[in-house]
Amino acid sequence: MYDMKAFYEAESVQDAIRLRLEHPEAQIIAGGTDVLVQMREGKRAGKELISIYGIDSMRGISLDSEENIRIGSLTSFSHITKDPIIQKYINVLGEAVDMVGGPQIRNAGTIGGNTCNGVTSADSASTLMAWDAIVELTGKDGVRLVPIQEFYLSAGKVDLRPDEIQTAILIPKASYENCFGHYIKYAMRNAMDIATTGCSVNVVLSGDKKTIVRARIAYGVAGPVPMRAPSAEAAANGKSVSQETVEAFAGAVLQDIHPRDSWRASKAFREHIAVEMAKRCLIESCKLAGGVIA
Amino acid sequence: MSKQVGQSKTRVDAFDKATGRAKYTDDLCGKETLVTRIIHSTVAHGLVTSIDTEEAAKVPGVVKILTCFDVPNYPFATAGHPWSLDPGHQDVADRLLLNRHVRYYGDDVAVVIAEDEVAAAQAARLVKVCYEEYPFVLDVQKAMEPGAPQIQENYPGNVLAHSQYRYGNYEEAIQEPGLIKVEGWYDTPTVQHCHIENHLCVAHMEAGRIVVVSSTQIPHIVRRICGQALGIPWGKVRLIKPYIGGGFGNKQDALYEPLCAWLTTQVGGRAVKIDCSREETFVSNRVRHAIRTHIISWVRPDGTFAARKVEAFSNQGAYASHGHGVNAKGVNAFPQLYPCPNVEGDAYTVYTNRPSAGAMRGYGIPQAMWAGESHIDDVAKALGRDPVEYRRQIVMPVGYKDGFSKNENYFDTFNQIMDKGMKAIGYEEKRKAYASQTGPVRRGIGMALFWYNTAVWPISVETSSCRMVLNQDGSIQVQTGETEIGQGCDTAYAQMAADAVGILFENVHMVSTQDTDITPFGTGAYASRQTYIGGFSIRQTGQILKERILNYAVELTRQTRANLDLIDGKIVRISDGRELMDLGELATTALYSTTNSQHITAESTYQIKNNAYSFGCTFAEVEVDIPMCKVKLLNIVNVHDCGTLINPQLAEAQVHGGMSMGIGYGLSEELKFDEKTGKPLNNNLLDYKLSTFMDHPHLEAEFVENAEPTSPYGTKALGEPPACSPAPAIRNAVLQATGVGIDEAPLSPHRLFAAFQAAGLL
Repeated sequence: MYDMKAFYEAESVQDAIRLRLEHPEAQIIAGGTDVLVQMREGKRAGKELISIYGIDSMRGISLDSEENIRIGSLTSFSHITKDPIIQKYINVLGEAVDMVGGPQIRNAGTIGGNTCNGVTSADSASTLMAWDAIVELTGKDGVRLVPIQEFYLSAGKVDLRPDEIQTAILIPKASYENCFGHYIKYAMRNAMDIATTGCSVNVVLSGDKKTIVRARIAYGVAGPVPMRAPSAEAAANGKSVSQETVEAFAGAVLQDIHPRDSWRASKAFREHIAVEMAKRCLIESCKLAGGVIA
Repeated sequence: MSKQVGQSKTRVDAFDKATGRAKYTDDLCGKETLVTRIIHSTVAHGLVTSIDTEEAAKVPGVVKILTCFDVPNYPFATAGHPWSLDPGHQDVADRLLLNRHVRYYGDDVAVVIAEDEVAAAQAARLVKVCYEEYPFVLDVQKAMEPGAPQIQENYPGNVLAHSQYRYGNYEEAIQEPGLIKVEGWYDTPTVQHCHIENHLCVAHMEAGRIVVVSSTQIPHIVRRICGQALGIPWGKVRLIKPYIGGGFGNKQDALYEPLCAWLTTQVGGRAVKIDCSREETFVSNRVRHAIRTHIISWVRPDGTFAARKVEAFSNQGAYASHGHGVNAKGVNAFPQLYPCPNVEGDAYTVYTNRPSAGAMRGYGIPQAMWAGESHIDDVAKALGRDPVEYRRQIVMPVGYKDGFSKNENYFDTFNQIMDKGMKAIGYEEKRKAYASQTGPVRRGIGMALFWYNTAVWPISVETSSCRMVLNQDGSIQVQTGETEIGQGCDTAYAQMAADAVGILFENVHMVSTQDTDITPFGTGAYASRQTYIGGFSIRQTGQILKERILNYAVELTRQTRANLDLIDGKIVRISDGRELMDLGELATTALYSTTNSQHITAESTYQIKNNAYSFGCTFAEVEVDIPMCKVKLLNIVNVHDCGTLINPQLAEAQVHGGMSMGIGYGLSEELKFDEKTGKPLNNNLLDYKLSTFMDHPHLEAEFVENAEPTSPYGTKALGEPPACSPAPAIRNAVLQATGVGIDEAPLSPHRLFAAFQAAGLL
């Protein structure tokens, strides 16, 4: 029995926008794997809910006319993992969201919910960050596109205006073309867990596979919101595919990340693991791209 | 005669449980049942000075709010031990239904009773409790220091109990020249049982009595404790135990039944339910004692012990519950596994401001084996010996007899189980292959032994009662006071009863529910006792029933009693093996005969004055990723000698469950507390790292079947033993892999990070 004041079901994106404007205090609910948990804990007790879960137009993955990947916000984790477009162009995202919770959670939970709740540990977040995803927000005046790095404002807070709902996440063609990536979720057990820290790396190699043309790296739980590590990227961009580059890349991570001390893990532990993950992710990404670490 | 014992019969409750038809406590609550929310203390130690319920009482749907200022003043003990007629051996009565003097963060101070859960939750948030805060202490040894906060009134230094033994002369023995001293401190964490069904109970009044339906392992004991806590005659309480979703010892305690029984009396006898959330189950039920153990061994170069010493400090938490019994059991196990002429042992059980520790699968032995078996590997390492080969030299020899329990090691079990385990995991090749590794990822193999008592004799009474009733069709109902808690005892009992009476397994109907109004007396599921103990009364009662059946058959068949037997439900003439009559025909005749009508039943009690050693071991193979501070369990094998297997498939399942629990104990599980406030930090299944399927390799269960001579069915303990040795076996495997012995369980990444840094591996 949940302590909810009212439950409104949106029939379309426009209907959802109308409900948001009519009930400014209401909480949006999609798969419910976060909202209902919080409600049970008393954190959102007594709130009104607007369910967008029935809006089927927000489900599914497609390529638009410019071959950008468009992931509907209500697409479940398990559908993302099994989608052929994802598997072909950005398989690492499918792998990352396959590490969320357990099978039931992955069937119910959505990528929109995973990003909109603004938590740093979200398994999709570091990969979306590392692949420069664009967030599509639809409001009363139409569509607004926001780079995901700007979408995250602070812990638990995202750039979602009172009349908006998140309708899709886009991966631009320029981002995924010739790009290969790897994600490591570091958690205390192999299922049903939240990342202690998560690292997603991707690379584009030169035609001869000897040089890293572009490296991108992002972390979850290395700061209040998911974050990129620009110093590490600078240390690898244009450098040779080599152990030396791997060490320089991983070492530079500590200039960028700010993990905190908590009872869940110490700062020293998180930093140590972050460096090790950067190494392993870069090596694996280079291998996937056809490179050989010299 | 087809023997039912020894076959892997399908569980008698399998279909009802798999289809959701089986009724658990919550299924038995009517729509009219009132619900509750317990208000828990938000300080670790203090005195409730006032409780303001005014706003809370205004919430629509709230029926009544009761507080620690309202409860009857009958201090009571909660441990699920059989009642002792000796006042000196009775459990410590140190709590009330709700407590003004709160002793841990999560103590019970008030209850909201409401028509529905939302009203109860809303009101609970509005209850305002004021405390006078006291200093608190969480660490067991700090609680013993002078000036530590005093937690219970009559226990200076917070020591609930201290017991000791002195064999030989330790001080003199350590003077021997040439001895090697091996010393270690070994720590185990506070963990929780995490049974799938949280504890819940529901109480209502009927005919001037209180009826409690509860998710408990021990209905007859809980009935007694409800009577004691309410200050009413025990017969005024009727306790019903339906199917339950696991207990592992947490429900071998009176949890919320006494409070629930009292609540119904406060609302005119209406049904009231207390349904623990998972968060409450972690904190406000019972936990496993965290025990810190100090061991010193003085070893001769040939590996023999000159002298040994053990001291163990057990963190009791706020209330006595099972108290000293747990630590005493672990420390008393020490001199037997590796006998030595000069041994000193000291066991301390100490109150702290943590949740109350009670019974949990293994009852002190998992802690004792963590310490003792980690230590033996440390000794083997100091001597440069292989851990298995070394254990063969020093382990309890064949013929060893314990003076107290009269347990005897009849067979060469230890060597047999080690042989079997080594073979199953490939010990010798792997031990050799992993001997000298470098690099970031290394493998290791390790093992640990254990021994375990079956049942509680001679510390407490061991008694079992059984009733059998014959139906018209020749089938029987069987009732015992011993309880099915998911472990499968109903099925094992049906197999035993079939053999004892001489009928088919399919014709035994187990009455699974215990109802203290109608079920024969028994003390319930604990101490790995039920298969062993229940076997005595089932065999005896079955024989009585069979005798009555055959006596009735004499007249119907005109044969002598000596020439008759009951085999597979047929009355058989022994001399030529001819089937003279079906048991159903006899039973129908017996009930409806116009000349000699009889309802054929049997009921008897058997008091057991024996106990039995149960033995086993774990072999574990790990891969340690040093930079990532992670242990991956590659292979694990448990080998047990629990005597003759009653149902091999169920025995295997029992071992799998215990291994899973042991894996979590060794690698990930730990209830953590905030040092500044005493607040539990991870009392939920996300933050408390119970291991999942994905953290388990294949669980291999093997058996050596040396029939236990004292048991009518050759059986002995298997319920708890599987959880006793996995954790130290994993620890010892990591020791081989990395050279680092980690003495504090669990081997979480945090602990590996610190240990590998200290060892210069990172």
